Amino acid sequence: MSWVNAVVQGILLGGLYALVAAGLSLVFGVMRIVNLAHGVLAVLAAFGAYVLGDTLGLHPFLALLVVVPVMAAVGYGLQRGLLNRALGGGELAPLLVTFGLAIVLQNALLEAFSADSRRLDVGDLGTASIRLGDGLAIGVFPLLAAVVGVLVIAAIGQFLARTATGRAMRATSDDRDAAALMGIDGRHLYAVATAIALATVAIAGVFLGARSTFDPSAGGTTLIFAFEAVVIGGLGSLWGTLLGGVVLGVAQALGAAVDPAYGVLAGHVVFLVVLATRPRGLLPSAVTA
Amino acid sequence: MTTTRTDRAPVAAPRVRRGGRTAWVGAGLAVVVVAVLGYLPFLTTRGTQVSLVGLFSLVVLGTMWNLLAGYGGMVSIGQQAYIGVGGYGLVYLASTVGVDPFLAVPVAAVVCALLAWPTSYLAFRLNGGYFAIGTWVIAEVVRLLVTQVDALGAGSGASLTGFAGIDPTYRIAYVYWMSLGIVVLVVGGVYLLMRSRLGLALTAIRDEPTAAGSLGIGVTRAKRVVYVVAAAGCGLAGAMIVANTLRVQPGSIFSVDYSAMMIFIVVIGGIGTIEGPVIGALVFYALQDTLADLGNWYLVVVGVVAIAVTLLAPKGLWGLTRGRVDLFPTGYRVG
Repeated sequence: MSWVNAVVQGILLGGLYALVAAGLSLVFGVMRIVNLAHGVLAVLAAFGAYVLGDTLGLHPFLALLVVVPVMAAVGYGLQRGLLNRALGGGELAPLLVTFGLAIVLQNALLEAFSADSRRLDVGDLGTASIRLGDGLAIGVFPLLAAVVGVLVIAAIGQFLARTATGRAMRATSDDRDAAALMGIDGRHLYAVATAIALATVAIAGVFLGARSTFDPSAGGTTLIFAFEAVVIGGLGSLWGTLLGGVVLGVAQALGAAVDPAYGVLAGHVVFLVVLATRPRGLLPSAVTA
Repeated sequence: MTTTRTDRAPVAAPRVRRGGRTAWVGAGLAVVVVAVLGYLPFLTTRGTQVSLVGLFSLVVLGTMWNLLAGYGGMVSIGQQAYIGVGGYGLVYLASTVGVDPFLAVPVAAVVCALLAWPTSYLAFRLNGGYFAIGTWVIAEVVRLLVTQVDALGAGSGASLTGFAGIDPTYRIAYVYWMSLGIVVLVVGGVYLLMRSRLGLALTAIRDEPTAAGSLGIGVTRAKRVVYVVAAAGCGLAGAMIVANTLRVQPGSIFSVDYSAMMIFIVVIGGIGTIEGPVIGALVFYALQDTLADLGNWYLVVVGVVAIAVTLLAPKGLWGLTRGRVDLFPTGYRVG
């Protein structure tokens, strides 16, 4: 029964990994850069919710109402002020700037909050569970987190498919120059994409911070898990990313069921096996974002 | 058809040469600096030598990362995999197998190269930013595997015992000379590599990989050579670090902070030049020393400087010479 339990836990965790990954691949799809600070920004959002809870006593869910718009604004400003400049500096510049940003943010968080592990307190919700049968129970909060993850990913998909801005993003992703000729303002569009990416990563960060503990150095693993979800699922497919997140979550949960030390390693191994045998991912797709 | 063609005055063939006077200055300067550094153990304390070995490891790491990114176009944030394997290789060979530590250092570097060759087939399936994170995952896998091996001290690490029986004064001086030798080997090796046919191919690939490929350059093969050489170089640096501190611990030797240091050194010094990483390492070493009281703020400061340099002066400190000074010329000049 513990195996079934591990699989269920892994599936639920996968929804959150996919949510972090969705922002990463949205930015990559629109402007072909990988934001290496993506994981640290998730941790930054979690610390934002932590501070709001610590000083004002806000529940993490209420804190989301503040943290998400603030992170979106940070994303817009970051793109206009820093990353758009880096885009003009060749292939290496965006990677160097975002990696530099990741190191700066991580060490600033370390100085501000120390290396202690923290956890966002969601009250009774954190311990409530639904019994499904003998020895099998689903935590209400992990279930909620996974549902939110899937809903946000679906919302991004609908946004890209149906709105004018989403259409402009898909057009830019297909051919940046042709889209610019049609009157699409790349600088603004890129900033909107980064704002959306940071809003979603803020949601993911707060839920991850309430699910398990986090500390300033957690950004690296968060980025790595999101990246693995993207590659396992297949570049350029939102639903592939969700599948990738679930595969990664299940692999980690099963690995941890064998021995707690093997959890993360099992996820990495599955990633490497997919990379070696199916480099285009499990659900390769030509659809952008 | 014109008739004036035969009337044209003969033009002297243009003189094509490498570098010029500054190259002789560079070579002379390098010999003097190495000679002075080589004599230092007779003049300075052990503490100074230990500290300088730290600087030498920064020079080697910066030079290797520059070879990868500045010449090979590959942004890796996972070179700590090979730093760690080099360090652990030295400890395992010297402490457990009983190999002489000074022989174990090059052997550990060869082990890194042998590991990097098959690994490159996996890593090269990814491009650009995804390649960067992919190399990080590989480094994490190596770290997690090493942490599982009891013979290597598992999570708590291991100590280098191979030097037992050597007087500490001699040991520190020998490690210092070995490290100085590695710096000369690595910087000189990259210089010679970039002057070779492979260097020319790499320059073409860096500027435009598709065009380079269409001219018959084996792009993937050249990149693979660079990746393997950089792994061996980082292995030497890792072994150097462990020979200097006598202790290896998975959390620190496999830390992504090494990648951060390498990137900051290369970016601040000047990417894509031989001189840049050396200057960047000197700047980083000086900053590390001055900002030591600030704790982790020093990485914040250095990170902000690196971002500013990338955006405002992408050629780094060495770029301030605007190509007028070329201590280690790799290209040709006409005129």
